Amino acid sequence: MAELVVDLTVREIGRAAEAVLGQSVSVSEGTDIARDLSVDSLALMNIVMELEDKFDLSIPLDRMADVQTVGDLARLIDDLRVKV
Amino acid sequence: MSLLQKHLAQTQAYSGIREIGADPFAVRFSAVLSPTEAELDGRRVILLGTNNYLGLTFDADCVEASIDAVRRWGTGTTGSRIANGSFGSHVAMEKALARFYGRSHAMVFTTGYQANLGVLSALAGRGDHLILDADSHASIYDGARLGHAEVIRFRHNDTDDLYKRLRRLQDVPGDKLIVVEGIYSMMGDAAPLKEIVDVKRQTGAYLLVDEAHSMGVLGERGRGLAEEAGVEADVDFIVGTFSKSLGAIGGFCVSDADDFDILRVVSRPYMFTASLPPGVVASTLKALELAENDRTLRPRLQANAERLYDGLNALGFVTGPRASPIVAVVMPDMTTALGMWNALLEGGVYLNLALPPATPNNRPLLRTSVSAAHTPKQIDQVLAVFEWVGREAGVLPRRSQRASG
Repeated sequence: MAELVVDLTVREIGRAAEAVLGQSVSVSEGTDIARDLSVDSLALMNIVMELEDKFDLSIPLDRMADVQTVGDLARLIDDLRVKV
Repeated sequence: MSLLQKHLAQTQAYSGIREIGADPFAVRFSAVLSPTEAELDGRRVILLGTNNYLGLTFDADCVEASIDAVRRWGTGTTGSRIANGSFGSHVAMEKALARFYGRSHAMVFTTGYQANLGVLSALAGRGDHLILDADSHASIYDGARLGHAEVIRFRHNDTDDLYKRLRRLQDVPGDKLIVVEGIYSMMGDAAPLKEIVDVKRQTGAYLLVDEAHSMGVLGERGRGLAEEAGVEADVDFIVGTFSKSLGAIGGFCVSDADDFDILRVVSRPYMFTASLPPGVVASTLKALELAENDRTLRPRLQANAERLYDGLNALGFVTGPRASPIVAVVMPDMTTALGMWNALLEGGVYLNLALPPATPNNRPLLRTSVSAAHTPKQIDQVLAVFEWVGREAGVLPRRSQRASG
């Protein structure tokens, strides 16, 4: 069940990245955001804002320090959703 | 060598920029002739990117005050105020700032950057929440990190987004501090402060306004956006700098908060930095007096800002939303921005090249800042160079071939 939630969140991250980057991307849990998606810190912040709107939550910047892969980001979002 | 490998992408981008022409990050003036003119490679250039809003860097009274202080007090303090004690002028500067803003407390820092670092990190600690405008200056982001508070960004100048984010936090423990700027340093736009104050009241948050670029510029007495918007009573903390309108270097915070002075022993950027040298404090004190009392400065500044802003818009350039002393010209891409910046310099106009990620929406900017000390003739000269360079670069349409008689 938990895995399924992460999968859905991963898909939303892919959508948000496509919206910000303006190109199609393929993401999985293991995708390294900076390296595999060529996302700089600014584009990442814009992707985060898309996701904040989608899930109606705020992702604190300080929590982003530990995020390297799409899976990390998905788990962070799911963790924040449980708390809301 | 290997330690710096991690910056490979930046190294490549930087060398790409240098290949196009002069290095925008290593401009070397051989002489500064006035607040509005300098010498570069033996040529005179108009300074249009200095943040010298009131043009006080060469004011005779400020210069004399500084010289006198250096003679009497020496060149530096050689230590922090906590460790080495304060000089009389540090205390006089804080009293003058508190009086200028009509506040109970003031605290002076060694730079504006450190003021944000020192204030934000001490006001919002672990378990608290900082709600920052997304376009905030790097010093605000860095100060937020230093304090270990939870950091949330809201969309630039979007009060609905701010409200939404504070609503989500309503049942979460910890203090909430909203941080905005009076005038944003890249586009020259101002925060919608009245609406932000409404959100603050509804949500029980605190509000800090960084008036770095609006002090001496906005408001009848030059206190900044909070004065202009008529909401000073609702702003809990004002942070600012001496390095723009006041023509020196240093930062400050003013407030009516009880126990404000505890910041002096909990704010690490304050405690562990040498204090401002007496020569700097002396010219700043004089400049503050002028910023408050010389009522000709702000109208001149505003007239120059409007002359440049209206002129650039009339030519067809894309600029920010408001005629403020910061006028940014939006460039379509990096190559055009670099080409125009170099051509403007060749034409005798020095301004700032601002590149992503320091700019909003990932767009490169030619950032200008106007001074009260510019003459209308200088502004017209700048506009003429902009027109020529803009047409050469294809940013403006080339003049249509007209049948000539």
